[in-house]
Amino acid sequence: MCGIVGLFLKDPSLEPKLGAMLADMLVTMTDRGPDSAGIAIYSGARDGIGKITVQSAHPEKDFKNLDEDLRNAIGKPVLLLEKSTHAVLEVPLDQIEAARSALAHLRPGVKIMSVGDSIEIFKEVGLPKDVAARFDVSRMKGTHGIGHTRMATESAVTTMGAHPFSTGSDQCLVHNGSLSNHNSVRRTLKKAGMTFETENDTEVAAAFLTHKMEDGAGLGAAMEATLTDLDGFFTFVVGTKNGFGVVRDPIACKPAVMAETDQYVAFGSEYRALVDLPGIENARVWEPEPATVYFWER
Amino acid sequence: MPSFDLGAHGLRALNSTLHALKGQTNETQWDVVNPRGSHAIAAGVDALVDITVHGSTGYYCAGMNKQATIRIKGSAGPGVAENMMSGTVIVDGDASQYAGATGRGGLLVIKGNASSRCGISMKGIDIVVHGSIGHMSAFMAQSGNMVVLGDAGDALGDSLYEARLFVRGKVKSLGADCIEKEMRAEHLELLEDLLRRGEADAKAKPEEFRRYGSARQLYNFNIDNADAY
Repeated sequence: MCGIVGLFLKDPSLEPKLGAMLADMLVTMTDRGPDSAGIAIYSGARDGIGKITVQSAHPEKDFKNLDEDLRNAIGKPVLLLEKSTHAVLEVPLDQIEAARSALAHLRPGVKIMSVGDSIEIFKEVGLPKDVAARFDVSRMKGTHGIGHTRMATESAVTTMGAHPFSTGSDQCLVHNGSLSNHNSVRRTLKKAGMTFETENDTEVAAAFLTHKMEDGAGLGAAMEATLTDLDGFFTFVVGTKNGFGVVRDPIACKPAVMAETDQYVAFGSEYRALVDLPGIENARVWEPEPATVYFWER
Repeated sequence: MPSFDLGAHGLRALNSTLHALKGQTNETQWDVVNPRGSHAIAAGVDALVDITVHGSTGYYCAGMNKQATIRIKGSAGPGVAENMMSGTVIVDGDASQYAGATGRGGLLVIKGNASSRCGISMKGIDIVVHGSIGHMSAFMAQSGNMVVLGDAGDALGDSLYEARLFVRGKVKSLGADCIEKEMRAEHLELLEDLLRRGEADAKAKPEEFRRYGSARQLYNFNIDNADAY
């Protein structure tokens, strides 16, 4: 199993409530995935600011003076916002790569969860309600977000094995299902220069999309390519800086329900996840068709 | 007319109350409110009662139903009326995958569309879908009747046994061993009755349907296929 929730807001007046709505949806999907949970929030880009979300098993040690150390390394201002085992580092947008390579030397134990000018990813092992509380998800604001509750099948229950996976700037992907050709796709992507943090099948799907988009494909075309190149069971929900996409494999046994109103597009593995959304009683509610790409961009 | 608030009292209380209704009961009209997509609502009922669920349901609503008439005033999640034995289940909205799977009897009516694997392995149930059905529907269907006013997706009736399939719209593709068959007078009569009971007689006429059934070529081992194994 696994549970997926997602929200893409059309009405800016809902943006302050994005985290609260997503957290509720996430907790509703607990019995589909009690192992671990994660959330990607697109909190909106600010001029010239880049964000690196990092994670550490020893935050008290790794995050101590990290802003100062990084500032000294890149010679530019750095802002550190700690959230439990994660921290968001704000650096000038053009310094992201410099900060990234400095981090590898300064704090080798720190893992990078996401990089971009809007995205932040928080994920941990544990019950969704505990994960949501730990990161204070319900107070997060943003334009769109994706959450996942995991019941592990293809790799170990670890922080890095939790979803969402991010393999490109401001991109993320969550997955319900399992891929059967991920090893061969990973080999092909490695030859093309992609790097991997885990042995997880979902990370391969994320990297596959990143690679397609780096080659110039739009979100829709990249997602279309999953239908021919990835083998296995999947419902994917994908986020980009300004987009939100959904695709299911042709067999489509992994459940999916969508709802759309003038205010939002919402995704849930089950209708249960959507019942508290504003105006759901009059929303267009449908089950995404197999082998069909759906995406929205602002 | 008892009304049961699922949000306040929970699923266990609802289903144990409904299971306690055996044979004859004076409490024949039930309303379930606040279903909120919960799983297994009114599963395993075995009494001549009328249950109306006011909202959309999650997995396995009305599963294993015997005798009861269960009406869902919303859409149904996966496996609605799965393994139904008798009675009637009516979904006002859409139904998710494997609606009526393995059903042995009774009538399942879906007023909207049903998604993939509708009536998979059906064994005597009658299913009337006012809209369209998804891929792999009636896979290995053994007996019973499926009536679809709209279209059918890929691989309809794959590895079909003796269920009868009636489709008014387009069939995207037929599964292995499923063929179109002649519509005879007895089938038109059967359809008329199913459309009436499925609350669809105002929407469609028996003559508008085509019948599909098993070519019966997969029933026995064919020595010419030995190389395929």
